[in-house]
Parts: sequence; structure tokens; C-alpha cells
Amino acid sequence: MKKLINKPEDVVREELEGLALAYPDIVKVHFEPDFVYRADAPVKGQVAIVSGGGSGHEPMHGGLVGVGMLSAACPGQVFTSPTPDQMLEATMMVDGGAGVLHIVKNYTGDVMNFEMAADMAREEGIKVLSILIDDDAAVKDSLWTAGRRGVGTTVLAEKICGAAAEKGWPLEKVADLCRKVNINGRSMGMALTSCTVPMAGKPTFDLPEDEMEIGIGIHGEPGRTRMKLKTADEITEMLALGVIEDPAYTRIVREWDDGQGEWVEVELVDPPFKAGDKVLAFVNNMGGSAAIEPPIIYRKLHEICEKKGLKIVRNLIGAYITSLEMQGCSITLLKMDDELIKLWDAPVKTIGMRWGM
Amino acid sequence: MTKSQVLEWLRATAVVIEENRQYLTDLDSPIGDADHGINMDRGFKKIVSKLPGVEEKDIGTVLKTSGMALITSVGGAGGPLYGTFLMDAGKAVAGKDELSDDDLVALLDAGLKGVIRIGKTNLEDKTMVDALHPALEALKKAFSDGKDTVEALHLMTDAAYEGMKATIPMLARKGRASYLGERSIGHQDPGATSSYLLLKTLTETIEADQSA
Repeated sequence: MKKLINKPEDVVREELEGLALAYPDIVKVHFEPDFVYRADAPVKGQVAIVSGGGSGHEPMHGGLVGVGMLSAACPGQVFTSPTPDQMLEATMMVDGGAGVLHIVKNYTGDVMNFEMAADMAREEGIKVLSILIDDDAAVKDSLWTAGRRGVGTTVLAEKICGAAAEKGWPLEKVADLCRKVNINGRSMGMALTSCTVPMAGKPTFDLPEDEMEIGIGIHGEPGRTRMKLKTADEITEMLALGVIEDPAYTRIVREWDDGQGEWVEVELVDPPFKAGDKVLAFVNNMGGSAAIEPPIIYRKLHEICEKKGLKIVRNLIGAYITSLEMQGCSITLLKMDDELIKLWDAPVKTIGMRWGM
Repeated sequence: MTKSQVLEWLRATAVVIEENRQYLTDLDSPIGDADHGINMDRGFKKIVSKLPGVEEKDIGTVLKTSGMALITSVGGAGGPLYGTFLMDAGKAVAGKDELSDDDLVALLDAGLKGVIRIGKTNLEDKTMVDALHPALEALKKAFSDGKDTVEALHLMTDAAYEGMKATIPMLARKGRASYLGERSIGHQDPGATSSYLLLKTLTETIEADQSA
């Protein structure tokens, strides 16, 4: 294992220490329990947005904290969900009195830990709603798996909901917006190489030089299928069609019902894309591919979208939701409307994403 | 089962988990995300650090404190699942300083029900429940057949082992392994393995104490 680290067990803490020193105008870092929060938190009267997950996906989530995006992010160990005490204290720290939205990626551990934290925060008198992100079109059925994973759409939901919170939207409306982004966004990812969890010290799986994994998540885990390496255009086509031609996706998710005061099961349906849709196209570097490569993917994606009648109205290209040093990429398409475009364009100032201010 | 045996069980489990840290992580690599041994090791070390503060309290408090230590240090799914197992087990024996055979069954039964509640798990989903459930059934049967505590615990451990091995041909339906579909077949579930180790250590702790 060759990495720019000191001791494997110190990786997460030392990264947080570095962020705190480098970006004091954007974020502050709280240790034990660990979380990153907006330098100006709590913002009185404004809905706060808290997310989190295992580390190793940088800049998500700590690098997406700041004005116009997340209020706080809770980093777990590498690829391991954070613990409820982190989310609880982060939630209490950033609550400005208007309530807190938890944006949770659909992984078994993240869901369990965030549910516990939300219950604890409500006992402390804080209004908390939770929205799951489950956009990974590589997962075909929800009945016999833990459901679709939360991947690329997470970054887009955090940006868009952060903008709405900044404009003063109330908690219920921000939660509805987050759900809308989730059901209109779909992703698919692939890996050229595995990655090495620092504490494990060796690659999570072996991938021969001439093979690739299609349908991966973001935890260095193997994907749905392994196949011979193909060209960038062929890979783009596989991922893009996997997203664009994905049929309606129906599943049951758990959401907190504030009126009933309990967790309820809600059926959600992702509508398929259709010709004429306006979309945001997001080409994400899994962390280890050279920066010269994602535009090559985007070039082909643009051509495929045109052919399918999808109009790309906004795009995002680069490493935003990564899997350590894994080489590879993911494609996310989000169906846009005027409201989403306006929120996407709103000013944002985080370590990893910044425009308009 | 005495309180000192419960404390020894938790400490011995921490040692066993540390010894099996690499093994559990290796099992988690092909069908998970290569961290189960690392996470459980961090969690049980946290338990051991909390035990001196609750040694004078009842068994229920010892187990609940241990469960909270796991929940706040492990993360992932393992933290809430094993944390809830110990917390609910502790609630079932609240206030007690010594456990009868019935209490032991109640403890494990409550722990298993807690895991099923928060994991929404069914049998043959390829999870820790596939080791814990047959183990508890074997323990109940052994006691109703009139076996003594150590004999019954051995039958429980054997059933946990069989349950763990039975996860190998299963198709995972929960957790990260479920995303692999057919590719999850042929691998032993890391959670079922750590559950087996937990129960095996319980049996060994009590047997060693009684023969001492």
C-alpha cells in the first residue's frame, strides 16, 4: 500500500485537522464526536441540512459543507457509516430553530445510524426529517436487495436543497424537494481498478489489467458484473443507456411522519426519462482517473443524450463522490425543471464546489 | 451465569475478535467492503475500556453500557446491530447479578429479536441471524431436554457453527452483499461468523470457569 498517510488509524482525524486549518472561513471541525460544520452555524431561522457517511468519498461530504449547501457533515471511518452520536451532536450544533433535514444515502449502516440519531434529536426537541437517496440504476430489484444505493444524485440533492434552505424554504418543503431530486436522478458507475482501505492495507478486490467492473457502488466493492475492458465510448454508452433506458423504479422507503409521530413506509416511483426532458449531466471521477479522462466520457454522453432527445441544460464534471483512489467513473442524469435550475445556479461556497460568491 | 462470567465473556470476546480481525475483514472483502474485523475490533476495545466503570452494576447495566459503546464506536451496520443485540439483551436481564438458564435464554432471545427488528432480517438472508437463530433454538431445546448449562451451550455453539457454514451457498438479500446478486453465493457471511465467535466465546468462558 502506497498512500500519503501517516498511520492508517489517523487518516480521518488528520484529514479533518487539515481541512480546519486550510478553510477556517468555510468550515469548522468538531472532534469526538467528529463532524464538519459551517463556519457561521447555526444560521438563525434557516433550515439546516446534515449529511454524512463513511470517509473515502471526498470531497463528499465534508467538502460540501458551507453557504448554500450542507450545514454539517459527519464522517465515519473509511467506507463505514458514522455513529449516531456524531449525527446527534452535529444536528444540535447547526439547528437554527427551523429544523434539520438529514440526507441519507441508502446503505444498511447509514440508514440504521441516521434513524437512531434522528430519534435521539427529536427527543432533544429538534424537528428532524430524513430523506433517503437511492439512485443507483445498476441495482435492478429492491425486493431481494437492500434497495438501490445512494450515489451521484446525493451531491446534486445536497447542492439543490442547500440552495433552498439558504432562500428560507421551510423544512417540509426542503424535504419534498430532496425527494423530488432523488426520484428524478439516476446513476451508474464502473471501476477500472479496485482501491485500498487504509486500515485493510490491500486492495478490496483483484481486477486484472484487462478487465473492469460495471455497476459498482462507492465503497470499493465489486460490481454487478465483470467484463473485458472496453473503450471510453463503449463504457459511456453502457452506463448512459443503463441510466436513460431504466424503466420506472418502485420501492418502499421509510420516512418520518411528523404528524403521526412515527416512521412510516412510503412507496416512491422514479419516472423513466423520456425524449424532451431537460437534464443535468454529471460525470464523476471515482477518484483515481486522470482529470483528462472525464471530459472524454462527457463528450460521448452529450452525443448519446442528443440522440435520445434529452437536452443537457447543466453539467458537472470532476471528482465529487469518490471511492478513494479507484480509477473509473459514474454517470448521473437528473431531470431538471426551472425551479431546479434556479436552485442549481444559486451561489455556493464549499471546499469542493464554489460559484456565484 | 455470574456477573463476573458476563464481564469475562465480553473481555474474552474482545481478544477473540482481535485475533480474528484479519479473518473477518478478509471474509468481508469479496462480498462487502473489507471492514468488518476492523470495526468489530474497534468496538470491543471500546467495550473493554467502559467495563471498569460498570463492574459494580448489575448485568443488565453491563450489557446496555456495552451495547451503547458499540453503537457509538463501530458505525456501519455492525454497530447498530451488535449494539442493539447487547442493549436489548441487557434490558431482558435488568437488575440481575446472576442469571439462571432461563435468564440466559431470555437474554439471547431479546438480543436476537432486537437484531431482527432493526435489521428487518429474515432467515436465509445471509446475515448474522442465520447463526444466532439456530443457536438459540438449539439452546432452548437442550434445556428442555434436561441438559446442563455447559452441555446446552456446546449444542448452541455447534448450531451457530452450522448456521454460519450454511450461509456459504446462500444468496445475500440484506446489506452490501445483496448488491452482488448471484456473486454473493459461495462466500461465508462475515456477520454470521462474528456471531458464531461471540457465542463460542460465551461457551468457552463458562466452561473454563466451571472447570477451574
